[in-house]
Amino acid sequence: MNLTLKVWRQKDAKTPGAFETYKVEGISPDTSFLEMLDILNNKLIHEDGGAPVDFNKGCRGPVAFDHDCREGICGMCSLFINGEAHGPDSEITTCQLHMRKFKDGDTITIEPWRSAAFPVIRDLVVERQAFDKILQAGGFVSVNTGGVPDANAIPIPRDDAEESMDAAACIGCGACVATCKNGSAMLFVAARVSSLAKLPQGRVEGARRAKAMVARMDELGFGNCTNTQACQMECPKGISIAHIARLNREFLSAKFRD
Amino acid sequence: MYVPGENGEFNQEVEKALRLVDFLELGELMARDALNRNESCGGHFRVEYQTPEGEALRDDKNYAYVAVWEYKGEDHAPVMHKEELHFEVAHPAQRNYKD
Repeated sequence: MNLTLKVWRQKDAKTPGAFETYKVEGISPDTSFLEMLDILNNKLIHEDGGAPVDFNKGCRGPVAFDHDCREGICGMCSLFINGEAHGPDSEITTCQLHMRKFKDGDTITIEPWRSAAFPVIRDLVVERQAFDKILQAGGFVSVNTGGVPDANAIPIPRDDAEESMDAAACIGCGACVATCKNGSAMLFVAARVSSLAKLPQGRVEGARRAKAMVARMDELGFGNCTNTQACQMECPKGISIAHIARLNREFLSAKFRD
Repeated sequence: MYVPGENGEFNQEVEKALRLVDFLELGELMARDALNRNESCGGHFRVEYQTPEGEALRDDKNYAYVAVWEYKGEDHAPVMHKEELHFEVAHPAQRNYKD
């Protein structure tokens, strides 16, 4: 397959970026999307012949993008492909996307996660420490739950355990924020709050957690939720907005009790 | 080795180059460690130290230790420290897995 790629290039958060157009040829449909970008980068490196990366002279050098496990679980890969977080397929991450989802001759637009809370580091790489900061504000259990025998000594309804696990499947990639027209991180925060609230050990600090995480989320520049459900549609782990409903309940009841 | 891009900036090619340096250094250290151990034992096999059947020829008298290598700087050989192994109840012995 021969493809035209419109790739966002940007030097850093302070410098305006722009799209650059590249062509790649002879791509097998079995190639993964990130492998295809590796092929592009290989081409760009060889074409330059040693010239330094100079964003004033037209972006040269390889395109920077995040990746790690390349198997859909780490949450690092984060490409906005043809206007969709993680590309055209559903419930997969960017690294699980393959070129057979595109046609020979296609033009593919590749952008980073767009959010005020995720400043661009370089090209397609954004800073997602804001997520870590939200988790540090309350996304944990500070009670000592003991070793494994203690945990299994507390009977937990099967449905609660299942729902907690469903929420815990969140990999913290940030696709929800990128997709949301308001740039809200509600699905991410809700997933964490839900996974802990459904378990007795997490219930203990439920009110404090909900308030602290929502406050931090707002402070860091994420937007507010208007229930468009776009996040749920694009989430690579299929996290449900029912968790957002739970977070809203938790938050309201916590505030009401204050 | 050609590393595109600048130093002191976000540069994934430098990251890859650093990993390569790490792998090479580790490989060199493993070779040095293997050359130091003049016996065959477990996964460590030296063709010069084998039994007539082709099994590992152990030298537990001289090599019953764990080797730890101390980094002494870029242009200096690492220094080996030994953690001696003392077997009190079960003693190591030559094994034959073929029968």
